[in-house]
Amino acid sequence: MIINIILSNASSDPIYIQIMNQIRQSILNGDLKAGDSLPSIRQLAKDLQVSVITTKRAYEELEKEQLIDTVVGKGCFVSGANKDFIREQRMKRLEEKMMEIIRESKELSLSQQDVIEHLTLLFEEEQTP
Amino acid sequence: MNAIEIRNLTKAYPLFTVDDVSLDVRQGYITGLIGPNGVGKSTLIKMMLGIVRPDSGSVKILGCEMPKQEIAIKQRIGIVSDDCFYYEHLTIHDTKKLVAPFYDKWNDSKFKGYLDQFELSPKKKIGDLSKGMKIKLALAVALSHEAELLIMDEPTSGLDPVFRREMLDLLADMMQNERNSIIFSTHITTDLDRIADYITFINRGKIVFNEAKEDVLERYALIKGDMELLDSDIRKEFIGIRETAVGFEGLVDNRHKAAQLFGNHAVLETPSLEDIMYFTAKGGRVHA
Repeated sequence: MIINIILSNASSDPIYIQIMNQIRQSILNGDLKAGDSLPSIRQLAKDLQVSVITTKRAYEELEKEQLIDTVVGKGCFVSGANKDFIREQRMKRLEEKMMEIIRESKELSLSQQDVIEHLTLLFEEEQTP
Repeated sequence: MNAIEIRNLTKAYPLFTVDDVSLDVRQGYITGLIGPNGVGKSTLIKMMLGIVRPDSGSVKILGCEMPKQEIAIKQRIGIVSDDCFYYEHLTIHDTKKLVAPFYDKWNDSKFKGYLDQFELSPKKKIGDLSKGMKIKLALAVALSHEAELLIMDEPTSGLDPVFRREMLDLLADMMQNERNSIIFSTHITTDLDRIADYITFINRGKIVFNEAKEDVLERYALIKGDMELLDSDIRKEFIGIRETAVGFEGLVDNRHKAAQLFGNHAVLETPSLEDIMYFTAKGGRVHA
């Protein structure tokens, strides 16, 4: 089981969100596979030196997203929901964000071409280290 | 299930009063009791332990009544305080021989292990121990009789940062068992706050809040901006505010409302517990 969680004090995201995002990322990119066990809520709290409520909340949110399952008395596992489902979920979220961009662009009276050009520019910036 | 249940606890002193305090300390979690100096944190803890007798009110620990079932309760709790209860002229070894027989579940090898880990020599006299070493000894005793509840009064005072971090691990070890609970008081906000699940804030003998730390940090906001933004109505929104020639900095307990009120005109930040403590204590004085 490979699981790396790095918490940043400089991040504006609350700690439970940081934990959630990183576990989700590990599941989506395949570091964590369906059926892999996750550290217990209390063990993770100890390892990260955060409160139990923080890790509990992160797990609860991931459970809501159907990314992990909690089996009473046995612990937490990466959900059996398949990778296509996970990718689909992610695509759906991305599409929602794109819709938001489109709406916002219309309000600012930007053309489709303007938005595409802007996006291309940002893509290139993102790739240069 | 609560590890500690306090109901309507009152103790009046000539200069200050712990005033009708009710408090639940949840089982399975770490609770941090925060507040400035001299607001009743230690008095509250001493009343829990039966060291100070309350004028009125009741205390239940691990489901048992204090002080009626005090002996049974004290088997199951560990107390860490820099107020040293031990005889100054005895060595650590002699102190252990004195203390251990009181506990049914005393574990001698565990105790020896902690002394080693904390670099405490059994031959050392209690009177020669530094403040930090006394805390370490109290912690070793507390962890060596399978306490289900740890009550710590200012445990980090006198501890160096290295041991403070080690202590986090020891406490987290204890919390691997979800039946165990910890409450500690502190007036400085340290790394210990990081592992606290619940925060109880006490000011002038009253509980300001007792909530999950995450909820507290989400509810409060620290606002920084130009003086032009302030008028008498806006000032009322603040719990405490610090105004200077170059702007203001203030605390509100309704982040949502503040976000609507100030929009992009001011900076909204998540406060630290120290910010909350500072502005609440200071704000209280201004309006008094």
